[in-house]
Amino acid sequence: MDTKEAGIKVSDLNFYYDKFRALKNINLDIPGGGITALIGPSGCGKSTLIRLFNRMSDLVPKTRAEGKIILDGQNILEPSLDVVKLRRKVGMVFQKPNPFPKTIYQNIAYGLEIGGNKDKGFIRHKVEDSLKKAALWDDVKDRLHQSALGMSGGQQQRLCIARALAVDPKVILFDEPCASLDPISTARIEELMLGLKRNYTIIIVTHNMQQAARTSDYTAFMYLGELIEFGKTDRIFTVPREKKTEEYLSGRFG
Amino acid sequence: MKNKIIQNTAFTLIALTMLATLFFLASIIYFAAARGLPALSWEFITEVPRNGMTEGGVAPAIAGTFYLTMGAVLFAFPLGVACAVYLQEYSPKGYIVNIIRMGINNLAGVPSVVFGLFGLAVFVKFFGFGVSILSGSLTLGILILPGIISASQEALMAVPLSFREASLAMGATQWQTIRGITLPAALPGILTGLIISIGRAAGETAPILFTAATLYRKGYPTSIFSEVMALPYHIYALMSEGVNPQKQTAIAYGCALILIVLVGLMSSLAIIIRNKYRSVYGH
Ligand SMILES: Nc1ncnc2c1ncn2[C@@H]1O[C@H](COP(=O)(O)OP(=O)(O)O)[C@@H](O)[C@H]1O
Ligand SMILES: [Mg+2]
Repeated sequence: MDTKEAGIKVSDLNFYYDKFRALKNINLDIPGGGITALIGPSGCGKSTLIRLFNRMSDLVPKTRAEGKIILDGQNILEPSLDVVKLRRKVGMVFQKPNPFPKTIYQNIAYGLEIGGNKDKGFIRHKVEDSLKKAALWDDVKDRLHQSALGMSGGQQQRLCIARALAVDPKVILFDEPCASLDPISTARIEELMLGLKRNYTIIIVTHNMQQAARTSDYTAFMYLGELIEFGKTDRIFTVPREKKTEEYLSGRFG
Repeated sequence: MKNKIIQNTAFTLIALTMLATLFFLASIIYFAAARGLPALSWEFITEVPRNGMTEGGVAPAIAGTFYLTMGAVLFAFPLGVACAVYLQEYSPKGYIVNIIRMGINNLAGVPSVVFGLFGLAVFVKFFGFGVSILSGSLTLGILILPGIISASQEALMAVPLSFREASLAMGATQWQTIRGITLPAALPGILTGLIISIGRAAGETAPILFTAATLYRKGYPTSIFSEVMALPYHIYALMSEGVNPQKQTAIAYGCALILIVLVGLMSSLAIIIRNKYRSVYGH
Protein backbone atom coordinates (compact mmCIF):
# COMPACT_ATOMS: atom_id res chain seq x y z
CA MET A 1 0.00 0.00 0.00
CA ASP A 2 1.17 3.46 -0.91
CA THR A 3 1.68 6.04 1.85
CA LYS A 4 -1.02 8.09 0.19
CA GLU A 5 -3.40 5.28 1.08
CA ALA A 6 -2.06 4.93 4.60
CA GLY A 7 -4.39 7.57 5.90
CA ILE A 8 -6.54 7.00 8.94
CA LYS A 9 -10.22 7.85 8.88
CA VAL A 10 -11.89 8.13 12.27
CA SER A 11 -15.67 8.30 12.39
CA ASP A 12 -18.01 8.82 15.35
CA LEU A 13 -15.43 7.49 17.75
CA ASN A 14 -16.22 7.21 21.44
CA PHE A 15 -13.94 5.57 23.93
CA TYR A 16 -14.60 4.63 27.52
CA TYR A 17 -12.35 3.70 30.43
CA ASP A 18 -14.98 1.77 32.34
CA LYS A 19 -17.66 4.48 32.75
CA PHE A 20 -15.43 7.43 31.95
CA ARG A 21 -15.88 8.70 28.40
CA ALA A 22 -12.37 9.74 27.38
CA LEU A 23 -13.08 10.38 23.67
CA LYS A 24 -16.27 12.03 22.50
CA ASN A 25 -17.60 11.73 18.95
CA ILE A 26 -14.29 12.10 17.21
CA ASN A 27 -14.39 12.55 13.44
CA LEU A 28 -10.99 12.96 11.87
CA ASP A 29 -9.46 12.26 8.48
CA ILE A 30 -5.71 11.94 8.78
CA PRO A 31 -4.13 12.06 5.32
CA GLY A 32 -1.57 9.44 4.32
CA GLY A 33 2.04 10.61 4.25
CA GLY A 34 3.18 13.72 6.04
CA ILE A 35 3.13 14.57 9.71
CA THR A 36 0.00 15.13 11.73
CA ALA A 37 0.37 16.65 15.19
CA LEU A 38 -2.11 16.07 18.00
CA ILE A 39 -2.03 18.90 20.49
CA GLY A 40 -4.06 19.87 23.50
CA PRO A 41 -3.76 20.17 27.25
CA SER A 42 -2.68 17.22 29.36
CA GLY A 43 -5.46 14.69 29.88
CA CYS A 44 -7.47 15.68 26.82
CA GLY A 45 -7.21 12.21 25.27
CA LYS A 46 -4.29 12.45 22.82
CA SER A 47 -2.60 9.26 24.03
CA THR A 48 -5.93 7.50 24.27
CA LEU A 49 -6.59 8.31 20.63
CA ILE A 50 -3.27 7.22 19.16
CA ARG A 51 -3.22 4.07 21.27
CA LEU A 52 -6.40 3.08 19.47
CA PHE A 53 -4.56 3.34 16.14
CA ASN A 54 -2.41 0.33 17.06
CA ARG A 55 -4.88 -1.15 19.53
CA MET A 56 -2.49 -0.80 22.45
CA SER A 57 -5.74 0.28 24.08
CA ASP A 58 -6.47 -3.45 24.41
CA LEU A 59 -3.98 -3.62 27.27
CA VAL A 60 -6.22 -1.62 29.58
CA PRO A 61 -8.99 -3.79 31.00
CA LYS A 62 -12.62 -2.64 31.05
CA THR A 63 -12.39 -0.33 28.09
CA ARG A 64 -14.83 0.02 25.21
CA ALA A 65 -14.71 1.73 21.84
CA GLU A 66 -17.61 2.74 19.59
CA GLY A 67 -17.39 4.00 16.03
CA LYS A 68 -14.91 3.24 13.29
CA ILE A 69 -11.25 3.74 12.54
CA ILE A 70 -10.53 2.84 8.94
CA LEU A 71 -6.95 2.10 7.90
CA ASP A 72 -6.18 0.49 4.58
CA GLY A 73 -9.84 -0.21 3.94
CA GLN A 74 -10.30 -2.05 7.20
CA ASN A 75 -12.00 -1.09 10.45
CA ILE A 76 -9.24 -1.64 12.99
CA LEU A 77 -11.69 -1.57 15.88
CA GLU A 78 -13.16 -4.84 14.62
CA PRO A 79 -12.78 -7.35 17.48
CA SER A 80 -11.72 -10.06 15.04
CA LEU A 81 -8.81 -7.96 13.76
CA ASP A 82 -5.36 -9.52 14.05
CA VAL A 83 -3.60 -6.97 16.29
CA VAL A 84 -0.21 -8.54 15.58
CA LYS A 85 -0.57 -7.68 11.89
CA LEU A 86 -1.93 -4.23 12.71
CA ARG A 87 0.97 -3.41 15.00
CA ARG A 88 3.50 -4.39 12.38
CA LYS A 89 1.82 -1.93 10.05
CA VAL A 90 1.49 0.78 12.71
CA GLY A 91 4.68 1.26 14.71
CA MET A 92 5.00 3.24 17.92
CA VAL A 93 7.62 5.32 19.68
CA PHE A 94 6.98 6.11 23.32
CA GLN A 95 7.46 9.10 25.56
CA LYS A 96 10.33 7.62 27.52
CA PRO A 97 12.93 5.86 25.38
CA ASN A 98 12.41 2.17 26.10
CA PRO A 99 15.02 0.08 24.32
CA PHE A 100 15.06 -3.56 25.41
CA PRO A 101 17.77 -4.60 27.86
CA LYS A 102 19.61 -6.26 25.00
CA THR A 103 22.35 -5.31 22.59
CA ILE A 104 21.80 -2.58 20.02
CA TYR A 105 21.76 -5.20 17.28
CA GLN A 106 19.27 -7.44 19.09
CA ASN A 107 16.97 -4.51 19.72
CA ILE A 108 16.45 -4.06 16.01
CA ALA A 109 16.58 -7.71 15.04
CA TYR A 110 13.83 -8.49 17.56
CA GLY A 111 10.93 -7.25 15.46
CA LEU A 112 12.12 -9.28 12.46
CA GLU A 113 12.68 -12.40 14.52
CA ILE A 114 9.27 -12.39 16.12
CA GLY A 115 7.87 -11.93 12.63
CA GLY A 116 9.38 -15.30 11.79
CA ASN A 117 12.36 -14.03 9.80
CA LYS A 118 15.29 -16.42 10.14
CA ASP A 119 17.52 -15.15 7.36
CA LYS A 120 20.62 -13.89 9.22
CA GLY A 121 21.95 -12.00 6.21
CA PHE A 122 18.66 -10.22 5.67
CA ILE A 123 18.43 -9.31 9.35
CA ARG A 124 21.96 -7.92 9.32
CA HIS A 125 21.11 -5.85 6.26
CA LYS A 126 17.91 -4.58 7.89
CA VAL A 127 19.69 -3.63 11.11
CA GLU A 128 22.18 -1.52 9.19
CA ASP A 129 19.49 -0.03 6.96
CA SER A 130 17.23 0.91 9.87
CA LEU A 131 20.06 2.42 11.88
CA LYS A 132 21.02 4.52 8.86
CA LYS A 133 17.44 5.69 8.38
CA ALA A 134 17.38 6.69 12.04
CA ALA A 135 20.67 8.59 11.65
CA LEU A 136 22.29 6.38 14.26
CA TRP A 137 24.56 4.15 12.22
CA ASP A 138 27.69 6.28 12.50
CA ASP A 139 27.25 6.60 16.26
CA VAL A 140 26.89 2.90 16.93
CA LYS A 141 28.38 0.90 14.08
CA ASP A 142 31.36 -0.08 16.23
CA ARG A 143 29.33 -1.19 19.21
CA LEU A 144 26.38 -3.01 17.77
CA HIS A 145 26.88 -5.84 20.21
CA GLN A 146 26.95 -3.74 23.35
CA SER A 147 23.99 -3.08 25.59
CA ALA A 148 21.54 -0.51 24.25
CA LEU A 149 21.13 0.82 27.78
CA GLY A 150 24.60 2.35 27.65
CA MET A 151 23.51 4.92 25.06
CA SER A 152 22.43 8.50 25.75
CA GLY A 153 18.71 9.29 26.00
CA GLY A 154 18.61 10.84 22.54
CA GLN A 155 20.42 7.87 21.01
CA GLN A 156 18.09 5.47 22.80
CA GLN A 157 15.10 7.26 21.32
CA ARG A 158 16.60 7.10 17.85
CA LEU A 159 17.22 3.39 18.45
CA CYS A 160 13.54 3.02 19.26
CA ILE A 161 12.74 4.73 15.98
CA ALA A 162 15.12 2.42 14.12
CA ARG A 163 13.50 -0.55 15.86
CA ALA A 164 10.10 0.57 14.64
CA LEU A 165 11.39 1.16 11.09
CA ALA A 166 12.93 -2.30 10.82
CA VAL A 167 9.59 -4.03 10.29
CA ASP A 168 8.55 -1.65 7.49
CA PRO A 169 5.48 -0.03 9.02
CA LYS A 170 3.24 2.30 7.04
CA VAL A 171 2.31 4.49 9.98
CA ILE A 172 4.48 5.53 12.93
CA LEU A 173 2.92 6.90 16.09
CA PHE A 174 5.03 9.13 18.32
CA ASP A 175 3.65 9.82 21.80
CA GLU A 176 5.53 12.87 23.08
CA PRO A 177 8.84 11.42 21.85
CA CYS A 178 10.94 14.35 23.02
CA ALA A 179 9.38 14.92 26.42
CA SER A 180 12.41 13.53 28.23
CA LEU A 181 15.09 14.81 25.87
CA ASP A 182 17.37 17.85 25.82
CA PRO A 183 16.94 20.49 23.06
CA ILE A 184 19.76 19.16 20.90
CA SER A 185 18.43 15.59 20.94
CA THR A 186 14.96 16.98 20.32
CA ALA A 187 16.17 18.85 17.24
CA ARG A 188 17.74 15.67 15.88
CA ILE A 189 14.51 13.69 16.37
CA GLU A 190 12.52 16.43 14.62
CA GLU A 191 14.95 16.50 11.74
CA LEU A 192 14.65 12.73 11.53
CA MET A 193 10.86 12.84 11.42
CA LEU A 194 10.96 15.41 8.62
CA GLY A 195 13.18 13.05 6.66
CA LEU A 196 10.86 10.11 7.25
CA LYS A 197 7.59 11.75 6.33
CA ARG A 198 7.95 11.07 2.63
CA ASN A 199 7.73 7.35 3.20
CA TYR A 200 5.59 7.02 6.29
CA THR A 201 2.44 8.48 7.74
CA ILE A 202 3.60 10.09 10.96
CA ILE A 203 1.34 11.02 13.83
CA ILE A 204 2.92 12.85 16.73
CA VAL A 205 1.42 13.76 20.06
CA THR A 206 3.15 16.75 21.50
CA HIS A 207 2.85 19.14 24.36
CA ASN A 208 5.11 21.54 22.68
CA MET A 209 3.29 23.89 20.30
CA GLN A 210 6.51 25.08 18.67
CA GLN A 211 7.32 21.48 17.92
CA ALA A 212 3.93 21.00 16.28
CA ALA A 213 4.40 24.19 14.28
CA ARG A 214 7.95 23.28 13.23
CA THR A 215 7.34 19.72 12.16
CA SER A 216 3.75 19.01 11.23
CA ASP A 217 1.75 19.42 8.04
CA TYR A 218 -1.59 18.97 9.78
CA THR A 219 -2.64 19.74 13.32
CA ALA A 220 -5.51 18.42 15.39
CA PHE A 221 -6.42 20.29 18.54
CA MET A 222 -8.19 18.30 21.24
CA TYR A 223 -9.83 19.47 24.42
CA LEU A 224 -11.55 17.39 27.12
CA GLY A 225 -11.94 14.36 24.90
CA GLU A 226 -13.26 16.27 21.93
CA LEU A 227 -11.63 17.16 18.65
CA ILE A 228 -12.03 20.92 18.50
CA GLU A 229 -10.29 21.69 15.24
CA PHE A 230 -8.32 19.97 12.52
CA GLY A 231 -6.59 21.41 9.50
CA LYS A 232 -3.34 22.44 7.83
CA THR A 233 -0.83 23.43 10.48
CA ASP A 234 -0.11 26.83 8.86
CA ARG A 235 -3.77 27.68 8.89
CA ILE A 236 -4.45 26.44 12.43
CA PHE A 237 -1.54 28.43 13.82
CA THR A 238 -2.32 31.62 11.90
CA VAL A 239 -6.09 31.76 11.64
CA PRO A 240 -7.69 29.28 14.04
CA ARG A 241 -11.42 29.05 13.51
CA GLU A 242 -12.36 28.01 17.01
CA LYS A 243 -12.08 30.25 20.03
CA LYS A 244 -10.71 27.40 22.19
CA THR A 245 -7.92 26.73 19.69
CA GLU A 246 -6.91 30.34 19.68
CA GLU A 247 -6.93 30.51 23.47
CA TYR A 248 -4.77 27.40 23.70
CA LEU A 249 -2.31 28.53 21.05
CA SER A 250 -1.93 31.90 22.69
CA GLY A 251 -1.06 30.15 25.93
CA ARG A 252 -4.14 31.20 27.86
CA PHE A 253 -4.51 27.68 29.24
CA GLY A 254 -2.83 24.28 28.97
CA MET B 1 28.47 20.77 62.18
CA LYS B 2 25.91 18.84 64.19
CA ASN B 3 24.57 17.22 61.03
CA LYS B 4 28.05 16.18 60.09
CA ILE B 5 28.53 14.44 63.43
CA ILE B 6 25.22 12.62 63.06
CA GLN B 7 26.14 11.55 59.57
CA ASN B 8 29.54 10.29 60.61
CA THR B 9 28.05 8.38 63.53
CA ALA B 10 25.46 6.80 61.25
CA PHE B 11 28.09 5.76 58.72
CA THR B 12 30.25 4.30 61.45
CA LEU B 13 27.34 2.27 62.84
CA ILE B 14 26.43 0.98 59.40
CA ALA B 15 30.03 0.04 58.74
CA LEU B 16 30.15 -1.78 62.10
CA THR B 17 27.06 -3.87 61.33
CA MET B 18 28.64 -4.79 58.04
CA LEU B 19 31.82 -5.82 59.86
CA ALA B 20 29.80 -7.88 62.34
CA THR B 21 28.11 -9.73 59.50
CA LEU B 22 31.43 -10.33 57.81
CA PHE B 23 32.84 -11.54 61.11
CA PHE B 24 30.21 -14.24 61.53
CA LEU B 25 30.56 -15.32 57.94
CA ALA B 26 34.33 -15.45 58.21
CA SER B 27 34.28 -17.35 61.47
CA ILE B 28 31.95 -20.03 60.09
CA ILE B 29 34.26 -20.55 57.17
CA TYR B 30 37.29 -20.38 59.42
CA PHE B 31 35.91 -23.02 61.79
CA ALA B 32 34.84 -25.33 59.03
CA ALA B 33 38.22 -24.93 57.41
CA ALA B 34 40.33 -25.16 60.57
CA ARG B 35 38.58 -28.26 61.82
CA GLY B 36 37.71 -29.75 58.46
CA LEU B 37 40.95 -29.35 56.54
CA PRO B 38 42.91 -31.90 58.60
CA ALA B 39 40.37 -34.56 57.62
CA LEU B 40 40.61 -33.76 53.93
CA SER B 41 42.63 -35.83 51.55
CA TRP B 42 42.25 -37.19 48.09
CA GLU B 43 41.09 -40.42 49.70
CA PHE B 44 38.45 -38.53 51.69
CA ILE B 45 36.66 -37.26 48.62
CA THR B 46 37.11 -40.28 46.38
CA GLU B 47 36.68 -43.35 48.60
CA VAL B 48 33.80 -45.04 50.36
CA PRO B 49 33.62 -45.06 54.19
CA ARG B 50 35.25 -47.94 55.98
CA ASN B 51 35.45 -49.37 59.43
CA GLY B 52 32.14 -48.13 60.84
CA MET B 53 32.61 -44.78 59.10
CA THR B 54 35.69 -43.92 61.09
CA GLU B 55 38.04 -44.31 58.15
CA GLY B 56 38.00 -44.08 54.39
CA GLY B 57 36.20 -41.33 52.54
CA VAL B 58 32.76 -39.83 52.06
CA ALA B 59 32.51 -39.95 48.28
CA PRO B 60 29.05 -41.60 48.21
CA ALA B 61 27.67 -38.87 50.44
CA ILE B 62 29.13 -36.18 48.17
CA ALA B 63 27.61 -37.86 45.15
CA GLY B 64 24.30 -38.31 46.98
CA THR B 65 24.04 -34.67 47.96
CA PHE B 66 24.96 -33.63 44.42
CA TYR B 67 22.26 -35.87 42.90
CA LEU B 68 19.60 -34.82 45.40
CA THR B 69 20.32 -31.13 44.90
CA MET B 70 20.43 -31.35 41.12
CA GLY B 71 17.26 -33.43 41.12
CA ALA B 72 15.49 -30.88 43.30
CA VAL B 73 16.61 -28.02 41.06
CA LEU B 74 15.65 -29.83 37.85
CA PHE B 75 12.20 -30.38 39.27
CA ALA B 76 11.56 -27.12 41.08
CA PHE B 77 13.26 -24.55 38.84
CA PRO B 78 11.16 -24.97 35.68
CA LEU B 79 8.02 -25.52 37.68
CA GLY B 80 8.63 -22.51 39.93
CA VAL B 81 9.52 -20.15 37.09
CA ALA B 82 6.50 -21.28 35.06
CA CYS B 83 4.27 -20.79 38.07
CA ALA B 84 5.66 -17.30 38.64
CA VAL B 85 5.18 -16.41 34.97
CA TYR B 86 1.60 -17.55 35.14
CA LEU B 87 0.86 -15.64 38.34
CA GLN B 88 2.66 -12.50 37.24
CA GLU B 89 1.96 -12.30 33.52
CA TYR B 90 -1.15 -14.29 32.72
CA SER B 91 -3.53 -14.58 35.62
CA PRO B 92 -5.98 -11.74 36.06
CA LYS B 93 -4.82 -9.56 38.92
CA GLY B 94 -7.07 -9.71 41.91
CA TYR B 95 -7.74 -11.38 45.14
CA ILE B 96 -7.36 -14.97 43.92
CA VAL B 97 -3.77 -14.30 42.94
CA ASN B 98 -3.24 -12.60 46.28
CA ILE B 99 -4.53 -15.65 48.10
CA ILE B 100 -2.26 -17.93 46.06
CA ARG B 101 0.68 -15.66 46.77
CA MET B 102 -0.13 -15.72 50.47
CA GLY B 103 -0.33 -19.52 50.33
CA ILE B 104 3.07 -19.72 48.68
CA ASN B 105 4.63 -17.42 51.26
CA ASN B 106 3.15 -19.54 54.04
CA LEU B 107 4.51 -22.66 52.42
CA ALA B 108 7.96 -21.10 52.62
CA GLY B 109 7.57 -20.88 56.39
CA VAL B 110 6.60 -24.52 56.94
CA PRO B 111 9.29 -26.37 58.95
CA SER B 112 11.36 -28.65 56.78
CA VAL B 113 10.58 -31.78 58.80
CA VAL B 114 6.95 -31.38 57.77
CA PHE B 115 8.09 -31.56 54.15
CA GLY B 116 9.91 -34.75 55.10
CA LEU B 117 6.72 -36.31 56.42
CA PHE B 118 4.82 -35.14 53.35
CA GLY B 119 7.46 -36.67 51.10
CA LEU B 120 7.27 -39.92 53.02
CA ALA B 121 3.51 -40.11 52.71
CA VAL B 122 3.25 -39.01 49.10
CA PHE B 123 6.38 -39.94 47.17
CA VAL B 124 7.73 -42.86 49.18
CA LYS B 125 4.43 -44.53 50.01
CA PHE B 126 1.63 -43.29 47.77
CA PHE B 127 3.57 -43.12 44.50
CA GLY B 128 5.68 -46.04 45.63
CA PHE B 129 9.03 -44.46 44.75
CA GLY B 130 10.45 -45.88 47.98
CA VAL B 131 13.27 -44.30 49.91
CA SER B 132 15.19 -43.04 46.91
CA ILE B 133 16.94 -40.21 45.11
CA LEU B 134 13.67 -39.56 43.30
CA SER B 135 11.58 -39.22 46.46
CA GLY B 136 14.25 -37.09 48.15
CA SER B 137 14.69 -34.83 45.12
CA LEU B 138 10.97 -34.27 44.80
CA THR B 139 10.65 -33.52 48.52
CA LEU B 140 13.57 -31.08 48.43
CA GLY B 141 12.11 -29.65 45.24
CA ILE B 142 8.83 -28.88 46.93
CA LEU B 143 10.74 -27.38 49.82
CA ILE B 144 12.56 -24.89 47.58
CA LEU B 145 9.60 -24.29 45.26
CA PRO B 146 8.08 -21.36 47.23
CA GLY B 147 11.44 -19.58 47.33
CA ILE B 148 11.91 -19.97 43.59
CA ILE B 149 8.37 -18.79 42.87
CA SER B 150 8.67 -15.71 45.09
CA ALA B 151 12.10 -14.75 43.78
CA SER B 152 10.94 -15.21 40.19
CA GLN B 153 7.78 -13.23 40.80
CA GLU B 154 9.75 -10.39 42.36
CA ALA B 155 12.16 -10.43 39.45
CA LEU B 156 9.34 -10.35 36.90
CA MET B 157 7.60 -7.59 38.78
CA ALA B 158 10.78 -5.51 38.65
CA VAL B 159 10.85 -5.61 34.83
CA PRO B 160 9.53 -2.21 33.71
CA LEU B 161 6.14 -2.23 32.01
CA SER B 162 7.67 -0.17 29.23
CA PHE B 163 9.67 -3.20 27.97
CA ARG B 164 6.50 -5.24 27.64
CA GLU B 165 4.71 -2.34 25.96
CA ALA B 166 7.52 -1.86 23.47
CA SER B 167 7.47 -5.53 22.59
CA LEU B 168 3.71 -5.78 22.19
CA ALA B 169 3.71 -2.60 20.10
CA MET B 170 6.21 -4.29 17.78
CA GLY B 171 3.58 -6.91 17.06
CA ALA B 172 4.89 -9.54 19.45
CA THR B 173 2.42 -11.93 21.02
CA GLN B 174 2.24 -12.10 24.78
CA TRP B 175 4.17 -15.36 24.79
CA GLN B 176 6.90 -13.92 22.52
CA THR B 177 7.13 -10.96 24.86
CA ILE B 178 7.55 -13.18 27.90
CA ARG B 179 10.09 -15.44 26.24
CA GLY B 180 12.03 -12.80 24.37
CA ILE B 181 11.92 -9.81 26.69
CA THR B 182 10.45 -10.26 30.15
CA LEU B 183 12.10 -13.54 31.18
CA PRO B 184 15.60 -12.59 29.96
CA ALA B 185 15.30 -9.25 31.75
CA ALA B 186 14.21 -11.02 34.93
CA LEU B 187 16.79 -13.79 34.67
CA PRO B 188 19.45 -12.30 36.95
CA GLY B 189 16.90 -11.99 39.75
CA ILE B 190 15.51 -15.45 39.08
CA LEU B 191 19.00 -16.94 39.20
CA THR B 192 19.70 -15.22 42.50
CA GLY B 193 16.68 -17.07 43.86
CA LEU B 194 18.06 -20.28 42.41
CA ILE B 195 21.43 -19.78 44.06
CA ILE B 196 19.82 -19.42 47.47
CA SER B 197 17.68 -22.50 46.78
CA ILE B 198 20.70 -24.61 45.87
CA GLY B 199 22.25 -23.91 49.25
CA ARG B 200 19.00 -24.71 50.99
CA ALA B 201 18.41 -27.98 49.14
CA ALA B 202 21.97 -29.19 49.64
CA GLY B 203 22.01 -28.43 53.34
CA GLU B 204 18.64 -29.67 54.55
CA THR B 205 18.58 -32.86 56.59
CA ALA B 206 14.99 -33.31 57.71
CA PRO B 207 13.33 -33.58 54.28
CA ILE B 208 15.64 -36.40 53.18
CA LEU B 209 15.62 -38.20 56.51
CA PHE B 210 12.65 -40.40 55.64
CA THR B 211 12.64 -40.03 51.89
CA ALA B 212 16.13 -40.58 50.51
CA ALA B 213 18.95 -40.81 52.98
CA THR B 214 20.63 -43.88 54.35
CA LEU B 215 23.35 -44.06 56.90
CA TYR B 216 25.56 -46.35 54.98
CA ARG B 217 25.57 -47.84 51.57
CA LYS B 218 28.13 -49.89 49.81
CA GLY B 219 29.16 -48.06 46.68
CA TYR B 220 27.34 -45.45 44.67
CA PRO B 221 23.66 -45.14 43.81
CA THR B 222 22.84 -46.95 40.59
CA SER B 223 19.52 -45.36 39.65
CA ILE B 224 17.07 -42.70 40.73
CA PHE B 225 15.37 -45.38 42.79
CA SER B 226 18.46 -46.03 44.92
CA GLU B 227 18.67 -44.74 48.43
CA VAL B 228 21.69 -42.56 48.98
CA MET B 229 24.09 -41.22 51.54
CA ALA B 230 24.03 -37.45 51.83
CA LEU B 231 26.42 -35.02 53.50
CA PRO B 232 24.07 -33.29 55.96
CA TYR B 233 22.64 -36.57 57.16
CA HIS B 234 26.10 -38.08 57.32
CA ILE B 235 27.23 -35.23 59.57
CA TYR B 236 24.20 -35.73 61.77
CA ALA B 237 24.84 -39.48 62.01
CA LEU B 238 28.55 -39.06 62.74
CA MET B 239 27.83 -36.65 65.57
CA SER B 240 24.99 -38.62 67.17
CA GLU B 241 25.87 -42.31 67.01
CA GLY B 242 28.84 -44.60 66.71
CA VAL B 243 31.68 -45.68 68.98
CA ASN B 244 34.54 -43.40 68.14
CA PRO B 245 33.39 -39.81 68.77
CA GLN B 246 36.83 -38.28 68.29
CA LYS B 247 37.49 -39.69 64.85
CA GLN B 248 33.88 -39.18 63.84
CA THR B 249 33.87 -35.49 64.84
CA ALA B 250 36.92 -34.85 62.67
CA ILE B 251 35.20 -36.50 59.73
CA ALA B 252 32.01 -34.53 60.38
CA TYR B 253 33.93 -31.26 60.11
CA GLY B 254 35.52 -32.51 56.93
CA CYS B 255 32.03 -33.20 55.58
CA ALA B 256 30.86 -29.74 56.61
CA LEU B 257 33.72 -28.12 54.74
CA ILE B 258 33.00 -30.20 51.66
CA LEU B 259 29.31 -29.31 51.84
CA ILE B 260 30.20 -25.61 51.86
CA VAL B 261 32.54 -26.06 48.92
CA LEU B 262 29.98 -28.14 47.00
CA VAL B 263 27.26 -25.53 47.48
CA GLY B 264 29.77 -22.89 46.44
CA LEU B 265 30.61 -24.78 43.25
CA MET B 266 27.00 -25.40 42.29
CA SER B 267 26.07 -21.80 43.02
CA SER B 268 28.98 -20.42 41.06
CA LEU B 269 27.60 -22.07 37.96
CA ALA B 270 24.42 -20.02 38.39
CA ILE B 271 26.49 -16.95 39.24
CA ILE B 272 28.55 -17.30 36.07
CA ILE B 273 25.40 -17.52 33.95
CA ARG B 274 23.93 -14.54 35.78
CA ASN B 275 27.01 -12.38 35.32
CA LYS B 276 27.24 -13.27 31.68
CA TYR B 277 23.66 -12.09 31.30
CA ARG B 278 24.27 -8.92 33.26
CA SER B 279 27.30 -7.96 31.20
CA VAL B 280 25.44 -8.33 27.90
CA TYR B 281 22.09 -7.01 28.95
CA GLY B 282 23.47 -4.93 31.80
CA HIS B 283 21.57 -2.08 33.25
N1 LIG C 1 -5.72 3.56 31.95
C1 LIG C 1 -6.63 4.51 32.21
N2 LIG C 1 -7.66 4.26 33.03
C2 LIG C 1 -8.59 5.20 33.31
N3 LIG C 1 -8.55 6.46 32.82
C3 LIG C 1 -7.52 6.78 32.00
C4 LIG C 1 -6.51 5.82 31.66
N4 LIG C 1 -5.63 6.42 30.83
C5 LIG C 1 -6.07 7.69 30.67
N5 LIG C 1 -7.20 7.90 31.37
C6 LIG C 1 -7.98 9.16 31.41
O1 LIG C 1 -8.36 9.50 30.11
C7 LIG C 1 -8.17 10.87 29.88
C8 LIG C 1 -7.26 11.08 28.69
O2 LIG C 1 -5.96 10.64 29.03
P1 LIG C 1 -4.76 10.62 28.00
O3 LIG C 1 -5.24 10.04 26.73
O4 LIG C 1 -3.61 9.97 28.64
O5 LIG C 1 -4.50 12.19 27.81
P2 LIG C 1 -3.27 12.95 27.14
O6 LIG C 1 -2.41 11.95 26.45
O7 LIG C 1 -3.90 13.92 26.20
O8 LIG C 1 -2.55 13.67 28.23
C9 LIG C 1 -7.65 11.47 31.17
O9 LIG C 1 -8.73 12.05 31.87
C10 LIG C 1 -7.11 10.31 31.91
O10 LIG C 1 -7.24 10.47 33.30
MG1 LIG D 1 -0.36 11.41 26.87
